[in-house]
Amino acid sequence: MRVSLFIPCFIDQLTPQVGLATAKVLKKLGQEIEFNSSQTCCGQPSYNSGQWEIAKEGAIRSLEVFKDAEVVVGPSGSCVAMMKKFYPELLHGTKYEAEAKRLSQRTFEFSDFIVSQLKITDVGATLNKKVTYHDGCHALRELRLKEEPRKLLRAVKGLELIETEEAESCCGFGGLFAVKFPMISTAMVQVKAGALARTGADYIVSSDPSCLLQIGGWLSREGKVIRPLHIAELLAMGIDDV
Amino acid sequence: MSDSKSIFIKEATLTSADGEQRQFIRTALGGYYKNRDIYQARYRDWELARDAASLAKWSAVNNLAEVLEKFVAKFEANGGKVHWARDAAEARKIILDLVAKANATAVIKSKCMTTEEIHLNDALEKAGFGVVESDLGEFIQQLRGEAPYHFVFPCMHLKREAISELFTKHLGTAPTDSPEELTMIARRHLRKLYITADVGITGANFLVADTGQISITENEGNARLTAAMPRVHIALSGIEKVINTIDDLTVLLPMLATAGAGQPMTCYNTLYAGPKKPGELDGPEEFHLVLLDNARTQILADPEQRDSLHCIRCGACLNVCPIFKNIGGHAYGTTYQGPIGSVITPHLRGLKDWNHLSGASSLCGACTDACPVRIDLHHHLLQNRRNAAKVVPNLFDRVFHGSFNFVIQRPALFSLGGKVFRKTFGLLKHLPLPYLGTWLKSRDLPAIPQKSFREVWKDSKNV
Repeated sequence: MRVSLFIPCFIDQLTPQVGLATAKVLKKLGQEIEFNSSQTCCGQPSYNSGQWEIAKEGAIRSLEVFKDAEVVVGPSGSCVAMMKKFYPELLHGTKYEAEAKRLSQRTFEFSDFIVSQLKITDVGATLNKKVTYHDGCHALRELRLKEEPRKLLRAVKGLELIETEEAESCCGFGGLFAVKFPMISTAMVQVKAGALARTGADYIVSSDPSCLLQIGGWLSREGKVIRPLHIAELLAMGIDDV
Repeated sequence: MSDSKSIFIKEATLTSADGEQRQFIRTALGGYYKNRDIYQARYRDWELARDAASLAKWSAVNNLAEVLEKFVAKFEANGGKVHWARDAAEARKIILDLVAKANATAVIKSKCMTTEEIHLNDALEKAGFGVVESDLGEFIQQLRGEAPYHFVFPCMHLKREAISELFTKHLGTAPTDSPEELTMIARRHLRKLYITADVGITGANFLVADTGQISITENEGNARLTAAMPRVHIALSGIEKVINTIDDLTVLLPMLATAGAGQPMTCYNTLYAGPKKPGELDGPEEFHLVLLDNARTQILADPEQRDSLHCIRCGACLNVCPIFKNIGGHAYGTTYQGPIGSVITPHLRGLKDWNHLSGASSLCGACTDACPVRIDLHHHLLQNRRNAAKVVPNLFDRVFHGSFNFVIQRPALFSLGGKVFRKTFGLLKHLPLPYLGTWLKSRDLPAIPQKSFREVWKDSKNV
């Protein structure tokens, strides 16, 4: 398939390696990759702040950016949920509604795309590491993706997946919530990342890089050794090791 | 900043920094999660049961006027008397008048959050009527002079020692570490009050339209005594508690117990239909029901959030909420804490002063998944944010998001802005910038890359 990459704004600027890993894995799986560099941000920060009229402009812009895409794949459950689930609601009753629905149907989160669209679970990676998984809330509860990333992880040779009771707990990021209510957000990541760190895993893996900013940012500040890693990075690393 | 918001920020800052108390709450909820999972698993299909419970409430709420009229006709045919209250002040007045008319010297109450909503105890005390809470948790909170911490578990934040000390101070009992003994102390104290009280005040979990009964669910048996022993029984209920038929209870009662308390069924589920009839040995001489609107019709008129009237006050959304678990119940400053409280309080008390509760959420959605009657809780928080942006213009937000949008509409400017940010981050991180400075107080950012994804992509055109 011709895959149009949806690289969320903060991945673009802060963790470009996640975008590169996404492209690399999809290419390895035989996909044709394109990146429309006129994309910027999906508008979720404004949407979550109640500024829906402003967010609509960002949404309408994304419809234009991706109008010719065959499929759109993004390495972020949260930003994909914005396009897939919230654009049609945001633009409901406007002339853009049909286009928003068309984009929604063609847009997929990275692990979902590989497992449910390409029907692949083993990407041919090997990695002798212990990992624990963090379910990003948007991937889990808006997109209902729970098994998709785990199927990919379980198929990595040599990899040990350690589950925790806190896997589904929110990390406390929540977009601007993290800086509007920093004391609550920090308490939440303390509970979450603390539990993940106690697994003794090498990496905390997630399909959501915004959660990883929060979890990784706290772990780094607290001097913990466990590292955050996006699932695309992990798979790309495992492909290299083959 | 509104008073309610500054109090919230202050309280939330204190509790979220109290690691010991937060751990205590998580441990207290640990037993609940275990039991909830056990009893949810006994349902053949919990999700289907949620559909059924939601439908039972939906069909009553979406036909509220008719179902209420049907209920009232049946209730009065059973010998009860209905009083309508538009708001809290009217409800207080009706109840105070009834208590005065009964020449009451003592009033006993069972657990009822709606009485908290209308601040009934204050009003009764100011009018000179002694009132005693008979639910153990509420009794403890009343002795402490403190609002309930959680609308189902009012004193879940207290350790046994604190309760023992409280009883020693107020009731003169010997200190004890035994939960059974603590319960017995309260029981011995309360038993005699049921006999001396002239008026018993209860809430209602459900108003059953086809039989004209009110359904009350409890674990301690105190509501049965409160309703049966005093001469006059006054029940207070929101109008949204009405359901179509007694059959609806077959799904609503067990789900209330399982979702709310991790029980298969609550210990006592009682249906009350009118006062003592001629020839009957016990029961009250008068049975009054006060039906309260207090902004419920306003929620009814909002098609987006009407489903928040489905709420059966089970508290499941609080129990799974990471915000509640980390800031505790008192920080909210509301009658109803947690996600459902954050959704409905702006309707009950005004969006302007209570919108911050909708903002204080990561929108994780755990509440929506836990709700037995499928209230779309976390999306309602988003809608409250949108509604607030319209009625309470926030200049900072307008400028911030307006500027952000100006940048993201222009890829070249976005790219340049990102580059400037990355190149100057070494300097920026030392400045007290909004948002960035706040983030860096407790968290790092990853090592800032030289090039953005788009720059690397443009350079290599391949991976």
